[in-house]
Amino acid sequence: MYKSLLCLRYLRTRYIALASIISMTLGVATMIVVNSVMDGFSTDMRDRLRGILADVIVETNSLDGEPNTQDLKDRIQRAVGNDIEGMTATVEIYAMLSVQYGSQWQSKPVTLIGIDPATKATVGPLSKYLVNTSEASIPDWELSPAAMAYRKEWTTRAQWMVDRWNHNPPPMEEEVTPVEKPDSAEPLAPPKFDSKSDFESPFDSKPQVAEETDSLSNPFDKELNESVFDKAEKRDPGSPLKGRVYIGYGLVSFPYEDPDTGETKMFQIVKPGDDVKISTVTAGHPPEPTHFNATVVDLFKSEMSEHDSSLVFCNLEYLQEMRGMIDPESDEKSITSIQIKLKNPEDAAMVVSKLEEALPAGQRFRVRTWEDKQGPLLAAVEVESAILNVLLFLIIAVAGFGILAIFFMITLEKTRDIGILKALGASSNGIMSIFLSYGLALGLVGSGVGVVVGLLFVRYINEIEKFITFITGRKVFDQRIYYFPEIATHVEPMMVFWVAFGAMVIAVLASILPARKAARFHPVESLRYE
Amino acid sequence: MTETISMPQPQLAAIAVEKAYRKDKHKIPVLHGIDVEVNKGEFLSIVGQSGSGKSTLMHLFGLLDTPDVGEIYLEGQQIDDLPEHARDQIRNHVFGFIFQFYHLLPELNLLENVLSPLMIRYSTWEYWKKRKQFKQDALEIIEKVGLSHRIKHRPSELSGGEMQRAAIARALIAKPQILLADEPTGNLDSSTGKEIMDLLTNLNEQEQLTIIMVTHDNLIAAQAHRTVRLREGQIEVLGKSKSASVPA
Repeated sequence: MYKSLLCLRYLRTRYIALASIISMTLGVATMIVVNSVMDGFSTDMRDRLRGILADVIVETNSLDGEPNTQDLKDRIQRAVGNDIEGMTATVEIYAMLSVQYGSQWQSKPVTLIGIDPATKATVGPLSKYLVNTSEASIPDWELSPAAMAYRKEWTTRAQWMVDRWNHNPPPMEEEVTPVEKPDSAEPLAPPKFDSKSDFESPFDSKPQVAEETDSLSNPFDKELNESVFDKAEKRDPGSPLKGRVYIGYGLVSFPYEDPDTGETKMFQIVKPGDDVKISTVTAGHPPEPTHFNATVVDLFKSEMSEHDSSLVFCNLEYLQEMRGMIDPESDEKSITSIQIKLKNPEDAAMVVSKLEEALPAGQRFRVRTWEDKQGPLLAAVEVESAILNVLLFLIIAVAGFGILAIFFMITLEKTRDIGILKALGASSNGIMSIFLSYGLALGLVGSGVGVVVGLLFVRYINEIEKFITFITGRKVFDQRIYYFPEIATHVEPMMVFWVAFGAMVIAVLASILPARKAARFHPVESLRYE
Repeated sequence: MTETISMPQPQLAAIAVEKAYRKDKHKIPVLHGIDVEVNKGEFLSIVGQSGSGKSTLMHLFGLLDTPDVGEIYLEGQQIDDLPEHARDQIRNHVFGFIFQFYHLLPELNLLENVLSPLMIRYSTWEYWKKRKQFKQDALEIIEKVGLSHRIKHRPSELSGGEMQRAAIARALIAKPQILLADEPTGNLDSSTGKEIMDLLTNLNEQEQLTIIMVTHDNLIAAQAHRTVRLREGQIEVLGKSKSASVPA
């Protein structure tokens, strides 16, 4: 009884001891914040990686792909059919994306993935990442009415300009075909020509335009049909091309600082409805360069800058056609990979080993989990977080030595009281437990406050980030550098528990030595001096 | 302790006790073979100058220290060689201590200080069950020493005489058989000292409490039944005994 009473009284009257646990509080709070941020980072990243990459991926080693798609799928079904929730065949290939902006062509290396959106959606949350597609709908390759209207508008305008140019060529130009493929023309700067008002109506009433813009009602239709370009293409330039793509948002948008407000805004050079040019290689040996134009159906924004600035999804059949992956005799279409979504993602390793056995022998296939594919990135985050944990735990250990020092002082100060207690019949163990429980109480207070501070910090981390940015004028968490638009956090209750527990253990360990010393005080020695 | 032994024997006895302190390499002898006995209900004072070993003798009686040579007997049983746990128990149950500098715990108020021996004796649970009874007892004893108006005060808010009375109350709460008082008036002015002495005398007379009091003041010592005088660790004169035998 006297132990807890004295321990509580010491806690209430010895503020210097509370000061000694501030570093412990800070250490605990920092550990919680760092772990939550790191965990949030890797959790979010895993989610997004998985959304894009699926749980398990069967890949061919050759870029030519595997023609026996159905056989491959059957084998997979037979081997691990019970564990599979969804499966989609894709063609993955390196490519060059070229976008015309104004009079300039911009080219970027990309990973081109031919997908079937409907089956791809069963493997990962594709529609969630498409900017102009609602999350609930199944994504397809059709343009939205707005995109369609926009497309009509700019193709019409481009056609009109080309037409005018044909009738009245500029004197300086030579006799070359000015634009070989009108559909590859990009939206130009605001129209400068006279009949500008004619083209404002499509913007104002999009639905009407969508209806209007069939070839018959197009005022330029007649001329268009007569133009050289359409003879080559044999179709209405206003309708989308055969090739359709979802383009990574980061590929076609650039951050810039608004000169008026100083805010960072995104400047987008491609909209759904525009056309882009894609260059890649054909299947076969040696691979031949090939290129095609494709209409942008939607933008893809996973908010993982790595993917947003490197992925282009294309309609699978068209890519297969362009790459010569369709066998002209058997009509068999080759694919390069099959993405698999599992019912239980934890089974990935088991599924991988089963698939490795089931797939045809030879070095034709690789079976990997998404984690294998992104291993180095995830491992880097884990190593980083482990090192930080060690360093931060050292802070708490340092706090432990602070407690040790303060406790020695307190036991010296309390020498006489210890003597009194012993004279009153308190045992050495009793004296020791006073100081041990005092240490535990300090640890409890220190880590308790630390947990509260840490959790509050995590809860308001984005507000704090904004505040620091405001104070220092320097962006702390820059979206251009990190993967995410704002700091993602994930609080793991067990992590909080272990951090707090570790801090308390250190506080108790630090109080053992002073407590033993106190317990060994000789009562007479303690009482002798006033 | 039972009264099974019919032969009259001293309640507390030190037999041929020697004690020396070590300071660095030097051995400083304090007590050279002391024999002191005290009977039940007796008020014994031990007088001597500073360094005569009187406090050391009292510490040996109170099991705060162990003799180098010799034995301490309580009711005929040797107690100085008991294990530490048993010694703690005896200190708590048998002896009540009063010190020159009161030695109250500064963090606790008067009531809590008085209750502290009971807190030490009982486990938290037992104490909690009996806390009302204990508080009642404590209030009675505090009333007896005349401090009822001070129960919520911290020691730092009390005068010297009040602190010493609080210390006496603390010594009495555990219902000790023997009260060990080390210079109880040494730090008080003469009138306050007299109040304390009256209190001790009353306790001795009314409650038959055995008291061993250490003092350097002959006048104070004279109020006891018997005086043992120490000089350089040896007994100088054995008592101007008022009443060597004690009323039973």
